[in-house]
Amino acid sequence: MTALLWIDHFLASIGRSVLALLASIGRIAVFAALAVSHLARLPFYAREFGQQLLQIGYFSLPVVGLTALFTGGALALQIYSGGARFNAEAVVPSVVAIAMVRELGPVLGGLMVAGRVSSSIAAELGTMRVTEQIDALTTLSTNPMKYLVVPRVLAATLAMPILAFIGDVIGIMGGFLVGTQRLQFNAATYINNTWDFLEFEDIFSGLVKAAVFGFIVALMGCYHGYHSGRGAQGVGRATTNAVVSASVLILASNYLLTELFFSS
Amino acid sequence: MTAAIELTDLHKAFGSNRVLRGVDLSIGKGESMVIIGGSGTGKSVALKCILGLIKPDAGTILVNGKDATAGDRDAFLAQFGMLFQGGALFDSLSVWQNVAFRLLRGADKLSKSDARDVAVEKLRRVGLKAEVADLFPAELSGGMQKRVGLARAIAAEPQIIFFDEPTTGLDPIMSGVINELVREIVVEMGVTAMTITHDMSSVRAIADKVAMIHEGVVQWTGPVGQMDDSGDPYLDQFINARAEGPIEAVR
Repeated sequence: MTALLWIDHFLASIGRSVLALLASIGRIAVFAALAVSHLARLPFYAREFGQQLLQIGYFSLPVVGLTALFTGGALALQIYSGGARFNAEAVVPSVVAIAMVRELGPVLGGLMVAGRVSSSIAAELGTMRVTEQIDALTTLSTNPMKYLVVPRVLAATLAMPILAFIGDVIGIMGGFLVGTQRLQFNAATYINNTWDFLEFEDIFSGLVKAAVFGFIVALMGCYHGYHSGRGAQGVGRATTNAVVSASVLILASNYLLTELFFSS
Repeated sequence: MTAAIELTDLHKAFGSNRVLRGVDLSIGKGESMVIIGGSGTGKSVALKCILGLIKPDAGTILVNGKDATAGDRDAFLAQFGMLFQGGALFDSLSVWQNVAFRLLRGADKLSKSDARDVAVEKLRRVGLKAEVADLFPAELSGGMQKRVGLARAIAAEPQIIFFDEPTTGLDPIMSGVINELVREIVVEMGVTAMTITHDMSSVRAIADKVAMIHEGVVQWTGPVGQMDDSGDPYLDQFINARAEGPIEAVR
């Protein structure tokens, strides 16, 4: 009897968790649809959009650049030592370039921006929620979705591909520096190999991924901040949830997008 | 004569917590109504229902005879000004941009310089110097933030102003100053005012009429002059700040 009761409770708790998860997914989907629908309707707050572009795009450059530089360098070392097992050291330039452009540039850039931007958006909007600034916007005949959410989501979606592209270039440069300074590659050969093996599809898929990641990063920050609970604890929880959910969604959507672009 | 605000049988619950249980309230045009009641009795919820910030579960809300939930939302909200409890000033904007926020947006928006002139004029009206206009909210004291909030509430010349606990967190002298300002502005502009407060000095300074909300319904309503002789045990306990009485001290 006790065992049956335990199984009953266990199954009920699983059911509750699944229902809560589905409800959360539904709420996020509705929020995303609302944000996208407001993108297409006036008014558009250009000043706020410009500020966000600067905040999300320009100020994320150092963190994305440094991440890409060290990743490119480490990747060159790993491919060289791994390739040496079957005499394939020469693939270092091409594999570094393809890996950076297709995967590591957008994914690591997305994760770094998630840590920097999602948390900051969630904390800002959460504080605005707690201090009634979001209510104040409504009473001043300004739709918070248009004024707060649309500029952030659009700015992140547009800024992220540019950040990823810059990250790709810096990452390849990191590989080049390690390749030429540590692994004795000829500089001209390294550059030629990089160019020869890169295809348009590699770059395009990476930029599309980055745009999707940018959308996810801003959307999660806005969603969790907008629905923040009361007090410092509520804002803290919103910030954590924003970063965690953005990171998980970036990795999950990366797999789906990779399937979409390269499964054939 | 049509009431400025008319609430009929207003209900709102959050889960199992039934906050409003049938609020009936009428506020005449040009009247200053002060809503009192203990914490968590639904005063702010009623106010937010009127503004559409919270959707009521049942009941009707009429503003100037029109259903508050129907029609053009922007036109509806343009009738209102609101002073929030903590000021709710936008941190990223300067004081004058906060005051002129509504004037810089929408169909009837003013030019930047005109909006700034109006903002400075409203700041003067609430006793702040023009130099304050270029500061940011974080650089102001609590009392100054309340004044800026008040200037923002009156900037677009609304017909109805809501004051949510206007003196909370202020010292008695600053509370007196804010009470006086609120009263002056309400009389001078001829607006309808609805104030939520726990502060009895505010009630006596601001109110034409008083309504007490207890357990989600209006327990007592009447002119402020009759408040002390109402004979209502709930109101008596509340206005005389007695621990003993029909209202439980631990809620």
